Amino acid sequence: MTDTTKAPIRLSMSVIGPVLGLLALIVAGALLNPNFLGWDNIVNVLARSAFIGIIAVGMTFVITAGGLDLSVGSMAAFIAGLMILVMNSALPALGVGIPVVLLGMAVALAGGLLAGLLNGLIITRLGIEAFIVTLGSMGIYRSLVTWLADGGTLSLDFSLRSFYQPVYYSGILGISWPILVFALVVVLGEIVMRATAFGRHCAAIGSNDQVAKYSSVRVARVRLMTYAGLGLLVGVATIMYVPRLGSASAATGVLWELEAIAAVIIGGTVLKGGFGRVWGTVIGVLILSLISNILNLTDFVSPYLNGAIQGAIIILAVVLQRESKAGT
Amino acid sequence: MGHDLAPVLELRQVSRSFGPIEVLHGVDIALQPGRVHALIGENGAGKSTMMKIMAGYQPPSSGQVALDGKPIAFASIGEAEARGISLIHQEFNLAEQLTVEENIFLGRELHRGPFLDKPAMRARVRELLAALDCRVPPERRVAQLSNSDKQMVEIAKALLRDTRVLIMDEPTAVLTRAETAVLLRQVRALRAAGTAVLFTSHKLDEVAEIADDLTIMRDGAVVWTGLAAGMDEHGMATAMVGREMSDLFPPKDSTPGEIALEVTGLNVPGHARDIGLTLRRGEVLGVAGLIGSGRTETFEALCGLRPGSGRVRLFGREVRINHPWQAQALGMCYLTEDRKTRGLLLQKGMRENLTLQALAKFDRGLIDTRAEDRALDQAIADFDIRGHRGALVGNLSGGNQQKLLFAKTLLADPEIIIIDEPTRGIDIGTKQQMYGFIRRLAAQGRAIVVISSEMQEVIGLADRVLVMRHGRITGELAGSDATEEAIVRLAMGVAVSAPQQESAT
Repeated sequence: MTDTTKAPIRLSMSVIGPVLGLLALIVAGALLNPNFLGWDNIVNVLARSAFIGIIAVGMTFVITAGGLDLSVGSMAAFIAGLMILVMNSALPALGVGIPVVLLGMAVALAGGLLAGLLNGLIITRLGIEAFIVTLGSMGIYRSLVTWLADGGTLSLDFSLRSFYQPVYYSGILGISWPILVFALVVVLGEIVMRATAFGRHCAAIGSNDQVAKYSSVRVARVRLMTYAGLGLLVGVATIMYVPRLGSASAATGVLWELEAIAAVIIGGTVLKGGFGRVWGTVIGVLILSLISNILNLTDFVSPYLNGAIQGAIIILAVVLQRESKAGT
Repeated sequence: MGHDLAPVLELRQVSRSFGPIEVLHGVDIALQPGRVHALIGENGAGKSTMMKIMAGYQPPSSGQVALDGKPIAFASIGEAEARGISLIHQEFNLAEQLTVEENIFLGRELHRGPFLDKPAMRARVRELLAALDCRVPPERRVAQLSNSDKQMVEIAKALLRDTRVLIMDEPTAVLTRAETAVLLRQVRALRAAGTAVLFTSHKLDEVAEIADDLTIMRDGAVVWTGLAAGMDEHGMATAMVGREMSDLFPPKDSTPGEIALEVTGLNVPGHARDIGLTLRRGEVLGVAGLIGSGRTETFEALCGLRPGSGRVRLFGREVRINHPWQAQALGMCYLTEDRKTRGLLLQKGMRENLTLQALAKFDRGLIDTRAEDRALDQAIADFDIRGHRGALVGNLSGGNQQKLLFAKTLLADPEIIIIDEPTRGIDIGTKQQMYGFIRRLAAQGRAIVVISSEMQEVIGLADRVLVMRHGRITGELAGSDATEEAIVRLAMGVAVSAPQQESAT
């Protein structure tokens, strides 16, 4: 009782559970379809995971600090719409080229940052529940993008679309840009969460915001930064998304927020805050995309049951987390 | 004498291990109907574990629990409760958003047909609360109650269950003297009604006052058991600590220096008005007063933890403090009285807790975890913190938590330290250590405020004592003028203290 040696590190179910789940999916996929482990399929899955993944990394910080953001899906749609409008209208002046794409990217980043700041300011300054605030802004952005598109679809000018497309489809050494950006965001996110004062403060606030306040942590500022950071990452994800289809509509980004939150939770971050891990979120994202990928590649189970299987996985992940907590 | 009555609940040679660590080593205890049994010992001596085993929260690793002389293994807390054994925790186990009445009847609501029988429940609750001398309206929400009223609600809840054995874990830790008197009166009534009562307390005068039987624990074993009358307070302290207790309080040998803190006209809406005080380097200023007199709120406002207005000068410079981090940047820190919900992250380890308040010191872009580990080594050595380094802070004993909280605040190098209830719920050996730390800080030239409900602590530790009542400072006492009677008089606002008047506030 009195010795001060380090307690042995134990691998709990909440650590290895998601990893085992991912491995099981990979083995199942490989057995069910020989093309599953092919280069094309892997790149395809990763690139599709990148949008949700980039957003989910930001969501990991928000949730770890005890918050929640439901607005990211419609925020992405709104930013995509805004980006397309601005680029189309700047096209006559700037012409097809790098400047107009850079302008679009700047609009996406600034728009994301502003939208995140707005969420964060309302939550921290007015002291309203994050759930309520972001439920509200979710509706607002969704409605705004529908209005901008006049109920239809906003499309990027055709010439511009083919110029911008390589941002989604090409890359370095056969690895496309979304995957590279996703990887970069993950590495930075993991370092920030694990090794910086900001990450430590997020976990402290999510554990107990009173303790954080009494410990002179600038609680409101840290919280605000988590929402602003998430908004910025939504902007980054949108930059990667727009060249894929070149359009935005009321259906863009629907349910992304739930997928991002689900990925965070499957990865072992605690929904009520206080503990988060970015690498776990990546595993969560991959698990969700692999499920739909496997269902598409095999005729074993109807792809229409994708949502049901994902839902079951989410519940299972939380059950496993709780078991491991009770076991210690 | 009644000592030869058959025990209602017994532990026989009970041991309990958590993983490889045995925390209870073959203890025996016997509770008899109609007697009050006090269980005392330092923090971490194994009292809580013992009580949890008796109330069916945990099974013993070896040994027997016997009810009415027959060995029994409780399958659940519910089974122990059904057999008439209730444990009242140190932390309240109440649904904050429900009313008093709903809490008392939670899980055993009275019905009339498919509907709740509210009038019957209301009547029963009134009866129970009246018996407890508790004037809380049954329809009030528990969140709005004071700690002492919550305690009464817990007891009422236990009484409703026809409790034969009532086990209370430090019931008086958060109570004022007047509230304690009410509680002890109620304990006597329970004893007269034939209930076996077991309670723990760090307040030895209470133990001497009310206990019939006494068991003293040290390091997971019973070191003394017998009639309480056979042991005086000094003997209890010595048996608990395992060594002769010398003077509890260190000498007041520091010399006051320059003025560190000067407050005038501080108003804290709803809690305190027109507070003025000065504090010098090298000085320990005591702040006494009843719970609810605005002591905590005053100093929280001073440190930017709650809204307040007034003039504050630190080291001669006028400052405005709206946030705790501003206070810390100016060299002033507040150590909360509530270490479990405001002081420490119970789900995190010692290292993360220690450095949370002064994380900037370890921030080199990335956090320097090696420097953090060195700081933890230093804190463990300086403050004699015991426990596994890897353990969650929530699993440390109260005394070790308090030491860690102390170390954490000091890591921020404050010049002015406001310590609220420095020794609440910690044992006498650790108390003595804390007093030593506090005086040493003063000797280093820091300015210190100690807020405390324990009058002996304020008198023994402080150079000067401010007394608060109803949100105002009612007087200042220094030297030999600072007596318990003088403090009580100022705290109560009466000429001569009388227990009856005390409970009216």
